[in-house]
Amino acid sequence: MNSKNSKARLLQGNEACMLGALYAGVEFFGGYPITPSTEIAEGMAREMPKRGGKFIQMEDEIASMASIIGASNAGCKSMTATSGPGFSLMQENLGYAYMTETPCVVINVQRGGPSTGLPTKVGQSDTMQARWGTHGDYTSITVAPSSVEGCFYETVRAFNLAERFLTPVIVLLDEVMAHMREMMVVPEEGEIEVFKRHRPDVPREWYRHFEITPSLVSPMASFGQGYRYNVSGLTHDQDGFPTAKPKEIVDKLNKLRRKIERYSDEIIKLRTEKMEDAHIAVFSYGIVARTAFQAVKMARERRIKVGAIQPLTIWPFPDEQLRDMLKNVRKVIVAELNMGQLVHEIRRVAPRHTEVIPLQRYDGNVMTPSEIFDKIREVVK
Amino acid sequence: MTANTLQSERIHHYLRPKKSFPNVWCAGCGNGIVMGALIRAIDHLGLDKDKVVVVSGIGCSSRMPVYLDFNTLHTTHGRALAFATGVKLAKPNLKVIVITGDGDALAIGGNHFIHACRRNIDITTILIDNKIYGMTGGQFAPTTPEGKIATTAPYGNYEKQFDPVQLAIGSGASYVARGTVYHVAPLERMIIGGIQKKGFALIDTISNCHTYYGRFNKEGDAVAMINDIRKQAVSVKAAATMSEDKLIGKFLTGVIHETDATEFCDEYQAMCERVLAKGGK
Repeated sequence: MNSKNSKARLLQGNEACMLGALYAGVEFFGGYPITPSTEIAEGMAREMPKRGGKFIQMEDEIASMASIIGASNAGCKSMTATSGPGFSLMQENLGYAYMTETPCVVINVQRGGPSTGLPTKVGQSDTMQARWGTHGDYTSITVAPSSVEGCFYETVRAFNLAERFLTPVIVLLDEVMAHMREMMVVPEEGEIEVFKRHRPDVPREWYRHFEITPSLVSPMASFGQGYRYNVSGLTHDQDGFPTAKPKEIVDKLNKLRRKIERYSDEIIKLRTEKMEDAHIAVFSYGIVARTAFQAVKMARERRIKVGAIQPLTIWPFPDEQLRDMLKNVRKVIVAELNMGQLVHEIRRVAPRHTEVIPLQRYDGNVMTPSEIFDKIREVVK
Repeated sequence: MTANTLQSERIHHYLRPKKSFPNVWCAGCGNGIVMGALIRAIDHLGLDKDKVVVVSGIGCSSRMPVYLDFNTLHTTHGRALAFATGVKLAKPNLKVIVITGDGDALAIGGNHFIHACRRNIDITTILIDNKIYGMTGGQFAPTTPEGKIATTAPYGNYEKQFDPVQLAIGSGASYVARGTVYHVAPLERMIIGGIQKKGFALIDTISNCHTYYGRFNKEGDAVAMINDIRKQAVSVKAAATMSEDKLIGKFLTGVIHETDATEFCDEYQAMCERVLAKGGK
């Protein structure tokens, strides 16, 4: 065994998320037990006290979300982890975090729904909730890994994006990813970039907490730092005071959308396989991307010109990138563990000559490579 | 300084006059009286404005932080204590004060309220208790007495009333007091006591909503209502010498409960130190 392999660890997805968060410098975790995400909270309860971090088990998910927003405004990198029913409860204060531009990370380990649904079974039916879950107009950043290693790296990336763009970032996992075990090498400190929000250094009277700067992302002060500012979920002006002036309302809402849109190239991350000459493509994310890549391999062995596309960033949706990738694709199979969510996004962006074919499974099990392979064979005819 | 001697310019030192005024409250509202008492309490204690965080939920009373020149967090309905818990645990050196109303703290926020008391986290909560939902136009609250009229109780309220003081004591808060907007100097002292207390402090502050509650129930204008509050209030000391009959229709004021229970952030810190002393085991 060489030295690199000796550092490899057998981890489950939830553990990798936890280690990724610690690598990214998480300082505050507030959560509530819920299957299948609980191992993240349990890991945090063990690790945070050893590192000067804070762990709290709140009374529910509404309070969990509130606590991490409070902690973030007090200057801490903050996160929570949950699953469908808890994610629904978090929507109220997630909206508050979007509105108040509070960086934080929310891991949602998806299970079958609606309601209590299938607590121990896999699903991808919160895909749209991650984009549109809370009321009002806003733009979400959502990332979705498809391996244990990916859980680590995408959690680090989620923290970097949250701190960079001062917004909540959602990490969408699913029950299988959260619990399956794979070998991975945890990177050494300094191997990957870790970003922390910029702090203001201007005189107190110049500071405006919600300033609309040319870059749209301004430095963020913390409570106790000497810049006394108001944070409110009411639509507010650049100083944080409630406003009903049409221009100030529009400026605020535009800022929330544009600060993500403008940097979408920096945020969007896609993985492709054998797309160079593909006439057929399989589009999928999370655990399904794993089986899709296998199905593509099987089809390629039979000389079918098929490729795979996997978004690691689901929101903002990679419109431009997909339009380009689907240029020469006749048929795109959209495989997901729900009754059809991302398929509507693909229909929206696919060129006219590209037929969009849904492939869905929602019985609490993962779509197998042979299911996807069968679909490929069916559509190639 | 006491209530009467804190000059207006000293008050202005704690306000944000440029952007946030005029305030949203009705003329005669008790919220301004409570805000004055809070400012004088903070001034008396000589707290550093940079180290004070005022958190609120949604409702008339919860608009208060917007006017105050501290670190202010105006949150979602009922959730102020959950946000405040995050702030306090993240940075225990900050003084965290929560402004809330009876609907905010006891109905939608009831769960957060009892758990903040149970943790005995070092947060001072001023609950402005006017027995009605003011901002939404006069609906009944968990504190509305039976028989009283509200827009959602047009034939008289038939629900039982919450007593926030008993709720807080039963849930584990270490400092529980009740004041009124009439008895301003005692209110100020209770706020000072609550801020000084290491642990969860509740100051249930009986206030007036003449705009809705008073109008619907024919209890008169602000002056008449505050006068009624004066008549109904009995200090804990005076009540000790009174018969039960004489206490009917009255409510107790003063520091009703005080203990020296351990505080949440201290306990967390102590646990961390134990873990580190054992080499992280």
